[in-house]
Amino acid sequence: MTYLDHAATTPMLPEVLAAMTEQLGRVGNASSLHASGRAARRVAEQSRERLAEALGARPSEVLFTGGGTESDNLAIKGMFWARRGSDAQRRRLVVSPAEHHAVLDSVEWLVKHDGAEVTWLPVEPSGRIRPEALAEALGDGRDVALVSVMWANNEIGTVNDIAALTAVAHAVGVPVHTDAVQAVGQVPVDFGASGVDALTMTGHKLGGPMGAGALLLRRDADCTPLLHGGGQERDVRSGTLDVAAIVGLGVATVTAVGSRGERAARVGELRDRLVREVAAQVPDAQLNGAPLDDVVAGGPGRLPGNAHLSFPGAEGDALLMLLDARGIECSTGSACSAGVARPSHVLLAVGADGERARSSLRFSLGHTSTDADVDAVVEVIGPVVERARRAGLGRR
Amino acid sequence: MRVLAAMSGGVDSAVAAALAVEAGHDVTGVHLALSQNRQTLRSGSRGCCSVEDSHDARRVADELGIPFYVWDLADRFTEDVVDDFVAEYAAGRTPNPCLRCNEKIKFSAVLDRALSLGFDAVVTGHHARLADGALRRSVDAAKDQSYVLGVLTAEQLAAAWFPLGGMTKERVREIAAERGFAVATKPDSHDICFIPDGDTRGFLARRLGSRPGPVVDATTGETVGQHDGTYGFTVGQRRGLGVAAGDARPRYVLGIEPVSRTVTIGTAELASVDEVRTGAPTWTGAAPVLPGRFEVQLRAHGSPVPCEVSADDDGLRIEPAVPQRGVAPGQSAVLYEPDAERGDRVVGQAAVRLAR
Repeated sequence: MTYLDHAATTPMLPEVLAAMTEQLGRVGNASSLHASGRAARRVAEQSRERLAEALGARPSEVLFTGGGTESDNLAIKGMFWARRGSDAQRRRLVVSPAEHHAVLDSVEWLVKHDGAEVTWLPVEPSGRIRPEALAEALGDGRDVALVSVMWANNEIGTVNDIAALTAVAHAVGVPVHTDAVQAVGQVPVDFGASGVDALTMTGHKLGGPMGAGALLLRRDADCTPLLHGGGQERDVRSGTLDVAAIVGLGVATVTAVGSRGERAARVGELRDRLVREVAAQVPDAQLNGAPLDDVVAGGPGRLPGNAHLSFPGAEGDALLMLLDARGIECSTGSACSAGVARPSHVLLAVGADGERARSSLRFSLGHTSTDADVDAVVEVIGPVVERARRAGLGRR
Repeated sequence: MRVLAAMSGGVDSAVAAALAVEAGHDVTGVHLALSQNRQTLRSGSRGCCSVEDSHDARRVADELGIPFYVWDLADRFTEDVVDDFVAEYAAGRTPNPCLRCNEKIKFSAVLDRALSLGFDAVVTGHHARLADGALRRSVDAAKDQSYVLGVLTAEQLAAAWFPLGGMTKERVREIAAERGFAVATKPDSHDICFIPDGDTRGFLARRLGSRPGPVVDATTGETVGQHDGTYGFTVGQRRGLGVAAGDARPRYVLGIEPVSRTVTIGTAELASVDEVRTGAPTWTGAAPVLPGRFEVQLRAHGSPVPCEVSADDDGLRIEPAVPQRGVAPGQSAVLYEPDAERGDRVVGQAAVRLAR
């Protein structure tokens, strides 16, 4: 099996599995006052401190959640409600159209049901948001509740200069949320240095468990809760802490961030070879997103494990199926709840036509990727694309 | 053999896929997304291809351990089946959308794509027998679907596989239950899938709007009523004519003339037909020798009647041995060669052009 879908989820790190297994055998609600509760709380708080340190945040800025989708919903809706609550004219959300659906659908829900307005930011062909474009969209910022721009794109891997965008928004008094689900552990992410007010991250993209994530939220950022109850997480998020999952999240974050430099270099080299050799087999394949060696704000301008390619004349879902049948697992981008492949909204946002958007595949490499994985793709990609093109001919 | 199983989410296609797997083939499941509005949820036996059906199909595929994908054919289905259905009614004809879907979608778009992707055959849960190139009625007469498959050509049938034709529907449900499929007790679907509320007249009214015209009695030539659109009528229809004739005898729709929007009605004698003319036929195998004697079935749930068939310009001239009522232009006349032992063999079909 050749697993090249690490951006969907990546194998759990052995140290995470060990730490979680140990914790799962223990009793204790972190909110209880007795010895078992205290022990659980101690473990959860240690994880909070270590995760905060790895990401340049203070422990009190870490809110544990059920994952990336919950963190995005909490930031977008919670910050919109809080900001509008303190000033009724702040109804506008300024958002990139290339965001994950957890952000897009939260924004669209607020527009449809709660009187929000949205300004969609123009996206560069590389997938990046320019600070000047943000400044123009914000205007004097007085009617804006929140800016949301992702740190790194989940489909095409483009990295934004979040510090520069945040400086622009803060100049007109507007807070910024960033979805950093794909960025953490892949590129340097420092919450404090970036200046952002809220940052979404999740465990299972960096070797931790599914269903565990965090919203890093500055102490001075107002955010109305979505989940009410025990108020466990700074009264912004309620629910009994899943201590074992939090331990896993903490270990995964610390490990992935700590080994990032070495791993990014290795995975980046594999990715570069994959793109180079696929292009040799299929000369008209097109790389989507930023160039492989792109640099932004002194760091990588593209996620090191991301290879997003279009194969003109072939349908992404046919390519996926043919590769799957040959033991190679990758992705076409977004699928709706019924599993129907849709042209990628990210590619459409960066100006690709529907044809190019439908003919794309994402290979995403990660910590277990090897030269053999790259070889496996290179070996079959030519005939697979050829066959998918034949199947595409009869379609209208 | 590499086999593509078309999986609707119902019990029949689930069992067909399971039998293909158990026969040792390399099977891949595909659910066809045909509806433009996929959020509709099933209620009772109505409608299909909702999100829930897609999930039901995926559940079975996962239990069988086979790959499963959703193919989005909504645009083609809309164009080739739904729009065709509306256009046929607008032209005063009575189409069969299931037959059209088999002809244009399942055994054309899907089959072509499957073959180009390297599959050898498409397996479906249709109730019909197919062996040595001969398409025959199912052993379960009540569930037989050979009529809506009658439009398939020898080339299409060569890459089709219908494993359920030799068993009853009851047996299909037993097989599903034996394998623990949750769809074992799922109700049959029997309405037009893109009209989930079953209100065909309402659906056509929304698509075509009000197109009023006269209802004329053939005996007297008098206008006896008004209608909101000829699409609300089918030749042979007796109920819901909305007119009261002078005598007490029942009236039937005899004809629909779309340009003047005239619906002609008449008594049972006038409604009976002893000659049917068709458009160009399709054959499931080699073209038969004409003239010849066959049985003809004139609608999906009609009974077959003996007939004589001869060539007529581009089409066929069919003379049923017993006069028929309710032979609507647009419907398929499917010809069978009776065979009590192996099942009646489908010879071919042609669309009714006129009947008198």
